[in-house]
Amino acid sequence: MTLTDKNKKYLLTGNEACAEAAIQAGCRFYYGYPITPQNEILTHMAIRMPQAGGTSIQVESELAAINMVHGSAAAGARAMTSSSSPGISLKQEGISYLAGSELPCVIVNVQRGGPGLGDISPSQADYFQAVKGGGHGDYHTIVLAPSSVQETADLVFDAFDLADRYRNPVMILGDAQLGQMMESVVFNKKCEPNSFKKDWALTGANGKKRNIIKSFYPVRGELEKFNAKLQAKYSLIKSKEVRYEEINTENADIVIVAYGTCARICKEVLMKNKTPNIKVGLLRPITLWPYPSQIIQEISEKVRAILTVEMSAGQMVEDVRLSVSGRCPVHFYGRTGGGIPSPKEIIRKITEIISVKEEITSAT
Amino acid sequence: MEAIYKTPDSMIDTPTHYCPGCGHGIIQRLIAEIIDEKDIRGKTIGIAPVGCAVLAYNYLDIDTCEAAHGRPPAVATGIKRVHPDKIIFSYQGDGDLAAIGLSEIIHTANRSENITVIFVNNAVYGMTNGQMAPTTLLNQKTLTTPQGRSEQCDGAPLRICELLSVVDGSRFIARTSVTSPKNIIKTKQLIAKGFNTQIQKKGFSLIEVLSPCPVYWRMSSVESMKFIDNEMTKAFPLGIFKDWESQN
Repeated sequence: MTLTDKNKKYLLTGNEACAEAAIQAGCRFYYGYPITPQNEILTHMAIRMPQAGGTSIQVESELAAINMVHGSAAAGARAMTSSSSPGISLKQEGISYLAGSELPCVIVNVQRGGPGLGDISPSQADYFQAVKGGGHGDYHTIVLAPSSVQETADLVFDAFDLADRYRNPVMILGDAQLGQMMESVVFNKKCEPNSFKKDWALTGANGKKRNIIKSFYPVRGELEKFNAKLQAKYSLIKSKEVRYEEINTENADIVIVAYGTCARICKEVLMKNKTPNIKVGLLRPITLWPYPSQIIQEISEKVRAILTVEMSAGQMVEDVRLSVSGRCPVHFYGRTGGGIPSPKEIIRKITEIISVKEEITSAT
Repeated sequence: MEAIYKTPDSMIDTPTHYCPGCGHGIIQRLIAEIIDEKDIRGKTIGIAPVGCAVLAYNYLDIDTCEAAHGRPPAVATGIKRVHPDKIIFSYQGDGDLAAIGLSEIIHTANRSENITVIFVNNAVYGMTNGQMAPTTLLNQKTLTTPQGRSEQCDGAPLRICELLSVVDGSRFIARTSVTSPKNIIKTKQLIAKGFNTQIQKKGFSLIEVLSPCPVYWRMSSVESMKFIDNEMTKAFPLGIFKDWESQN
């Protein structure tokens, strides 16, 4: 099957779209290990990578996979690995080394329920791990959170460009729902695999100064200087790369903040207008790091309350609270362990919040 | 006057951080000499490990990639798949290769990745002050085996050449030492053979080098060399364990 007609719509799972987009974005080196619910990435790569002249290896462990990505990225190529939550935990040391060596690459996490072996149902409980560092040391990966199959493909294209532009690992944070469901998808996103000059890459010191890719700075003061450089890069990313989608936030009584699968469910609440007496808006972060704090702060000055909906026990809500800084009440509704919030549950929560608030207002 | 002995072009002329009597300096010089003689500096990429040789790039003047502890074979695989015509080698100690990185070395050999591994076995964790390595001899005293390594508690020394020679994908596997000029010359020949294996695209090669660690063996340099010759070679016999040339 060829999927390279830019004008054609294809019916694919999120996982297949993710793999195909990576290939069309110029990724020619993929290393993966089987784990549900992301196996379709591995199998799609096994079929399509050889057709594209690339390399796809099923490796012995998640550790080998992330370190092979390290090698291919150091050699100047576009490289990717994917896994699901327990496997992503195993990769964390490697991600820290990639960040510390300033190597561009893409890591896909199709989240499942945890902790431990958990289950294979959709979850958003790896938010902390993805946006707060995950591995050791002061670093960040850019984290992109799609909420449809089409957006998964589009963000994979962008992920490779972002990785090369900033010499930084980029994570696609999806979940079992997004990875497994089928939707139509078009692969027409612009991407520039060859527009990034990689004079730092390892190619052999032929007629040029040799290159070293490392994260080790044992001489006193050197590491602090390097960390300052990293932090300056992160500040630049924060100022330039924040992405979000805003729906009906203007004049809203309450704004929901949700990403990925949860954002889709919340959109249904808005679309079906199940709360005619309460104006509900939605703010959907697309970048989870850098986080859209500024817009959430602006919204918090105009609404009666904010509700964060997650498939976790309350992780992103901490960043919402930091952004709001007490300007309005921040409520949380979450399901864990593979539970998915239903529109009904979210509506119930919204009417609870607003009526409780009204009772307090009328009492005073 | 013609210089008959000098710092190899692929080596930076600087004092190393290695302890007195350490074997790393000898082995890294041999690698640099081979790179010069084969004139492959411009297409060689090395992988530096975590351990005493972590700063190998301060001495070998070639493109180099750091690797997390135990992962040089995975990093080397990632580089080699991008640059199949470049010469890729990893330089690893016994803790790195035979303990935390055992899975990577076995699977890399089994895929017969066309890379060369220089495995420096000094039977101890040097960088962290001398704990037991997987290759520590029975009854050998280290910081973590104060009464000597016990087979019952710690297992016996792990023989990597023997292990890898039964892996189908390995092509050239040899063990050598640096205890005498004769053995140093032999070591150079075997490492060169490893590079030739790769240049001729024959697949995975590994050269294990028994190397002295006088400081953490609590011995003089001379005693260390004797310890290798008299004790270490009993557990780790020298020789060629697998050779694609003689198999054909």
